Amino acid sequence: MTTLTTSLPRAAWLVLERDLRLAFRRWEQVTHPVMFFLMVATLFPLALSPEPALLRTIAPGVVWVGALLSALLALESLFRADLEDGTLEQLTLSGQPLAWLLLAKTLAHWLLSGLPLVVAAPLIAAGLAAPGEAVGTLMLSLALGTGVLSFIGSVGAALTLGSRRGSVLLSLLVLPLAMPVLIFGARATDQAMRGEVADGPLWLLAAMLILSATLSPLATAAAVRVSLE
Amino acid sequence: MAETDSAALEARDLHLWRGSKHVLRGLSFTASAGHLLHVRGPNGCGKTSLLRTLAGFLWPEEGALYWEGRPVTEDRDGYAAALAYLGHENAMKADLSPLENLRYATDVRHPTERRTIESVLERLGVGPQRDLPFRALSAGQRRRVAMARVLLARARLWLLDEPFTNLDVAGVRDLSAVVADHARQGGIAILTAHSELDLPGSELRRLELE
Repeated sequence: MTTLTTSLPRAAWLVLERDLRLAFRRWEQVTHPVMFFLMVATLFPLALSPEPALLRTIAPGVVWVGALLSALLALESLFRADLEDGTLEQLTLSGQPLAWLLLAKTLAHWLLSGLPLVVAAPLIAAGLAAPGEAVGTLMLSLALGTGVLSFIGSVGAALTLGSRRGSVLLSLLVLPLAMPVLIFGARATDQAMRGEVADGPLWLLAAMLILSATLSPLATAAAVRVSLE
Repeated sequence: MAETDSAALEARDLHLWRGSKHVLRGLSFTASAGHLLHVRGPNGCGKTSLLRTLAGFLWPEEGALYWEGRPVTEDRDGYAAALAYLGHENAMKADLSPLENLRYATDVRHPTERRTIESVLERLGVGPQRDLPFRALSAGQRRRVAMARVLLARARLWLLDEPFTNLDVAGVRDLSAVVADHARQGGIAILTAHSELDLPGSELRRLELE
């Protein structure tokens, strides 16, 4: 049997680097989900009332629904382009463990779709009259939560590659699995805004992240192989 | 068993269904070092399905595939490391240059020097285009870059689906030379093409599909 001479970390880095480089060449695709997130969060105060007390009550819900929808929006592009130009086929034939390469690919996807939401969070917190001391918890919960969404979503994105109406199916598949993230993410934000300690929901989010990061690449790899058939 | 050991790739009684269509009906063949196998047949007869089965994308309903005497299902990644596949799509990112595309495609298997990639691009006649975005290349030039990926993969088994599509006369000649060279160095190539192949100095065999 032929043995490959590229190490696993190097192979993962190459997959990650390629996706980041591609994203910088097509900047508009990357900014789309974060623009959506910002728009949702700024439209609520305009549509309801700019009353700080009201905004503070709805802020956790608005932020987390916006983040969830934005993550769903970004998911569709995770494998679609790679399927169409044949690079996904080549990834499965690289001879490296597919789950490992897809873990790197999902990480790149989070850096491009999840991390911008985390960075935009302070802006949105200010717009929704959230107290300054809650911003740290909000960013941490978003970082953990969008990570979970990327990993769970990668399974759904890979499963729906074969179908032409993939986007509707993808939302139906991913949304129920994403509910715990929405609930605990919003709960952590809510507690932080009341000045309480939000450790409980944050730890739960962290546990979900570890669970999804370790298990989902295996499921995604199996789903990708099925979709290529 | 002595026969199976000598054959690098062996297909035994492959049956493949696509929906209600029985595409491969008990196909068996062997291909050893230095063999070139030309898969022929009319449109829709299953040439691409055969190559995709050999690459491991499609699972035959019956029959099995052996690489160096062992079923490929035993060690899929090991088998993948030994093969290079050129499909209908070129598997190149339109926004990256040929050089960048090839670096990502080959480094993931073996660390490859920039000079090696450049020399392969030169050999296939796309040296001057190496830094242009892939989208700016003509269809024939894209095919040549995709073939450079196969050449750089350091694989023993080449599975080439219509490698001569969009190539001009010089391109067909260059590519034929590359494939013949591969066979001479003990490689195996299985390719589909509608035209007759002119591969000097190599053992060319035909596989007719109905």
